Amino acid sequence: MVSCARIEPETPEALMQPVEITLQINEAPYSVRVEPRSMLVDVLRDQCGLTGTHTGCEHGVCGACTVLLDGEPVRSCLMLAVQAQGRHVRTVEGLARAEQLHPLQRAFIQHHALQCGFCTPGFLMLALGVLEQDPRIGDEALTEALSSNLCRCTGYKNILNAVRAVRDADPLRQDAARG
Amino acid sequence: MKPAPFHYFAPSSIAAATAQLSELAGEDARVLAGGQTLIPAMALRLARPSHLIDINGIQELNNLEVRGTALHIGACVRHAAFHRPVVAGPLGALLLDVVRHVAHLPIRYRGTFCGSLANADPAAEWCLVAATLDARLTACSARGEREIAATEFFRGYLTTALSSDELLIGAQLPCLSARERFGFVEFSRRAGDFAMAMSLVVLQSEAGRLTRVRIGVGGVEVVPRRIAPAEQCLEGQLVRSENLERAAEAAAMAIEPAESEEELRVYKRSLVRAAVLRALIKALDGQLRSH
Repeated sequence: MVSCARIEPETPEALMQPVEITLQINEAPYSVRVEPRSMLVDVLRDQCGLTGTHTGCEHGVCGACTVLLDGEPVRSCLMLAVQAQGRHVRTVEGLARAEQLHPLQRAFIQHHALQCGFCTPGFLMLALGVLEQDPRIGDEALTEALSSNLCRCTGYKNILNAVRAVRDADPLRQDAARG
Repeated sequence: MKPAPFHYFAPSSIAAATAQLSELAGEDARVLAGGQTLIPAMALRLARPSHLIDINGIQELNNLEVRGTALHIGACVRHAAFHRPVVAGPLGALLLDVVRHVAHLPIRYRGTFCGSLANADPAAEWCLVAATLDARLTACSARGEREIAATEFFRGYLTTALSSDELLIGAQLPCLSARERFGFVEFSRRAGDFAMAMSLVVLQSEAGRLTRVRIGVGGVEVVPRRIAPAEQCLEGQLVRSENLERAAEAAAMAIEPAESEEELRVYKRSLVRAAVLRALIKALDGQLRSH
């Protein structure tokens, strides 16, 4: 657990003193030294080298930085890295198994659900979290859930088509059955 | 973007958190719950607290249960907890209906019910729910615990009755009886946005007459509140569309929009009129046509 002891002395330099934390990202431990003010997204990218998670608006609006925290889609720009200690973080890097793309990634390709690709990691993790929470989610609820993230190329229709196709094929459950 | 540096504490008990808040009286210490408002404000340097007290590790704040006649919601209960009815009867259905309007899904997995109340944005849905249902809020400090009625809690724009050494540890919503019905309507520019105007209505209809009428309005004044003149229009009255319209008109006239420009004030009043009327119609779904 993060210590609740006061960090002394009270100079700005002291406040920026890094603390040691271990993050579980895609089932692998990452020991990093972070300032308490470091955002999870920045630590993922700059210190763990996992640059698949993108920084967009950096204030919780665009969703490009969406990751799964204990299976739930969250904005990694709205969390301090120290808060992720002891939790399971999943990023877009954890989707593919070796050379085999995740069904969602394959569906995004098949349905042309990406254009510039900047928003894609966030949408993939959002969609994964949504389908894992509710594999039979209805169209209306799915549209509402996907409205959380922004695609500046406005390719929403194809993103929705890709996620629907995965839901309807239900490969997530087949994956789970395969273990 | 990066917040300005701060001291970070992560206490594991209410006692430790309130002790720290008390020790830090006079400093700009802020409580960090879901952080979905505070963290972006800090990233944008709109907020620069000197100390952050992160309450997410306090297990005793995760309680969500019915005790006696009230639903108790601990300070760390996330918005997403209400995606399923948390209590049988109209209250669980009401919270499920309203939560769909609270921000977007990933925000709902982190943000908390009580954090929204403590932030006291007049356009926040949970603040309207607390005001309309006459919630009771529990504040805790090293000095002890006290209960605050929702009407006393919201003091102004982003301003509450909490003192700097107090932690909002929970909210109590009175359970609704099976006979009570509700309607919620919100106008916002985009899905997930804060409300431009919204109304929550809770009432009972017995033998064609309305009783226990509660009409709340949020997003237009500096605090969400019940609108007594609108409630009085309906209490004991018959379920008739002209009565509902009269109540909606009374609500529109009773509110004092936060804006100073006349056009906006007129616009806000017409939004309130429509929100209250539609919320009443929703609450009385089916009954109105039969009369």
